[in-house]
This record gives sequence, C-alpha cells and structure tokens, in this order.
Amino acid sequence: MTMNKIKHHLTDALLMGYAAGTLPEAFNLVVATHISMCDTCRAALAGYDAVGGEVMLDSDPVSMAEDALATAMSRISATRFTAPAKPKRAAGIFPAPLREYTGGDLDSVKWRRVGGGVSQMVLPTASGASVRLLRIPAGTAVPDHGHRGLELTLVLQGAFVDETDRFAAGDIEIANEDLNHTPVAEAGMDCICLAATDAPLRFNGFMPRLAQRFIGI
Amino acid sequence: MLNETLTFAKADAVPVMPVYGKASIARMRSMGARQVTAEATTKRMAWVTQVAAVRDRQDKAAFAELFAYFAPRVKSFLMKSGASPDMAEECAQEVMVTLWNKAHLFDPSKASVSTWIFTIARNRRIDILRKQKRPEPEDLPWGPEAEPDQADAMGLQQETEQLGEALAALPAEQRKLIERAYFGELSHSEIAAETGLPLGTIKSRIRLALERLRHTMK
Repeated sequence: MTMNKIKHHLTDALLMGYAAGTLPEAFNLVVATHISMCDTCRAALAGYDAVGGEVMLDSDPVSMAEDALATAMSRISATRFTAPAKPKRAAGIFPAPLREYTGGDLDSVKWRRVGGGVSQMVLPTASGASVRLLRIPAGTAVPDHGHRGLELTLVLQGAFVDETDRFAAGDIEIANEDLNHTPVAEAGMDCICLAATDAPLRFNGFMPRLAQRFIGI
Repeated sequence: MLNETLTFAKADAVPVMPVYGKASIARMRSMGARQVTAEATTKRMAWVTQVAAVRDRQDKAAFAELFAYFAPRVKSFLMKSGASPDMAEECAQEVMVTLWNKAHLFDPSKASVSTWIFTIARNRRIDILRKQKRPEPEDLPWGPEAEPDQADAMGLQQETEQLGEALAALPAEQRKLIERAYFGELSHSEIAAETGLPLGTIKSRIRLALERLRHTMK
C-alpha cells in the first residue's frame, strides 16, 4: 500500500527496537501497522534488520553439537513447501496486523464510550505497554493530557490536529514526557486512531483525572 | 594491434619506478576495500545460490554449508541475547530448519541471507524468551517476485556488505552500543538516548540500502 502523503514517521529508535525485537507487544503492533501503510518506514526497517544480520554475522561462532546437522536434517519435513497465495490487502482501513487483534475491520470493533463522545477498545497484549483503538468524533477534543512514558498514536482514518501539527491517515505522533497536548479531531469524519502507551496518560484537569480511574486510559 | 605493441614497447623502454603520493595510496586502499567488498559480495551471492539450491532441489549439501556457517553464529547471537547454551543450540537448529522450510519465501533483492536468518532467529527469540506474539507488517501485494532480478539481488548483497563494513569500522564503544541494542540489552528509551552517535555514522549506509529497497519495492 503506497500512501505518499504520510508526513510523520517512526523514529530511528523505534525502528531499531522493532528490528531488535525488544519493544513491548503493544508498540510492535503500532509499528507493524504503520509500516503496513508506509513504504518509507518499511524500507527503513529493512535497513535496521540488515544491521541485526550484520551484528549476528559478527558474533564469535559458538560450536554446535556434533550431531546438530543430522538432528536438523531429521527434523526437516519431507513435504515440499509451496509459496502461499500472496495475501491481498483487504478493503477497509485496518492493515493485516491490526485485523489479527480486532478480528476484522472497523465494523468489528466493540466500542466502549469513555466520555466526551470518545470511544475506545483496548486490545489484548502482553504487559509492558497497552494499546487501544480510539474513536474521536469529528470536531471533538481529547482532554488536555501529558505523558509519563512514551505514547504512539497512529491515525487510521480522519485526522487530528494538536499544538504540534496535523496528523492524517498513516501519520504517527510520538509523544513523551515533554508533550502536553489537546488533540482535536478534524471536522468531517470521525478520527480513528491506534494508540499505545507504556504508562498511564496524565490528564491535566480534575474531571478527566476522575474519569481516568473508571476508563483506564 | 599495432598500437598495443607500440604501447608495450614504450613501457618496456621506459621503466618507471612507481612513486606513490598520499592521494594514490588512499586510492589504492579504497581499491583494496572495493576488492574486499567484491569478494565478500561474491560470498553473499554464494549463500543466495545455496538457499536457491535448497528451495529448488532440496540440496542437502548446500544446506550443510549454510548450516556450518550460520548455525554457530545464530547460537552465539542467541546466547548473547540471554538464552542458555542448550536453548540456543535447540533454537539455532529450529532456525535452520525454518530456513529449509521457508526457502521459497527468501527474496535476495530485498535481503541478504544474513539479514533473513537474523529475522528468523529474532522471531524465535521473541517466541521463546519473551513468550509474546510479534505483529508483522502485511506483505507487499506485489512480492516476493518469482525470479528476482539478478542485478537488484547483487546490488542489495553489496550494500549489505558495505553496511557490515561500516559497522565494523565504528569505534569499539559505538559498535558495542549497537550490538547491545540487538542483543536486547537496551530499552527503547536507552536506544533513543544512546545510539544517536553510531546511528549517525552508519545511517548513510542504511539510507543507501534503503534507496535500492525502495526502488525494488516500486
């Protein structure tokens, strides 16, 4: 899928972490979903994978057991493997890695209202970070909030604008402790985002803080 | 023919002891480096041929050669990533078995064999050590090609080799940081905070490889 208009990309640290395989599952999901939409980052990831290959090549070899090759040969299945049919990109707005978590496209999401018109669906992942789909009605603001850790927000549909810039489909905003922002969904279309964080958000008003205790973001 | 004879005659007649200035020594060094790169690229193309032999003929001899070279390096990589020797041995075997079973999915215009094996080993490590699912990007709808272009494959192998050389040429401390990131010793924020310097140095290499990849993806 080529989306030439993507303006906000993954950072080198995220690409390297994904290539190294050390990010929490929730971040991996956002990274894999963005790369499915962004050829620039797909190519960059290939570069970071290649770095990993060279690091591995450079590791001082450690001898395998004497019968290792024979054991491997005995494990090799006699079946001939044929190339699977090329997976076709399904119509809709969710790339394949996200569909594996939602079981389908936008219409299969089980939204839960979290206040202010915003809805979410938390996706099940291993601990370390959490990831959710967010639906922000057109023209609605997400309460002003800061971040304790790292927050990745990938736009899947529509667009939002905050103090830093405009983020449209395919764009990813990477926020850390330094950013306090009030994202507002643009008029015209609900904004659907995939957002991951490794720490709870920090809302700056009392009411949102109270709400946070109930909605768990 | 006549001209060639004349040239040889002239060269014979005027023997000149070569006197090399700094510039020409640098040039010779870089030619030497190119020579090294060319040989290493040939080696990488040989791995590509071996994977193709496994894919097309279930060639056990080709597999044995790949196994002899890569399995001990995969094992070493996994041990440095925190696996016990037994687990690393077991896992390195699985990685090589996967190479056999998935040989038809390898595309030498998009990855060197070393890169591909690394990604298999990394995914096994995530399965085993972290017990996590790893979401992968969806495949490009137009790949992998049945028969990738030889020139694209050669170019990619060469650029991966140059990337490896750029890594090897990093100051030891910087190289160590990159290695630690891939062995899983650095968190995301540590990568962000600490690897800027070495990344700046190898990034031109990464970018170069990227341009070709982007070209082959189109």
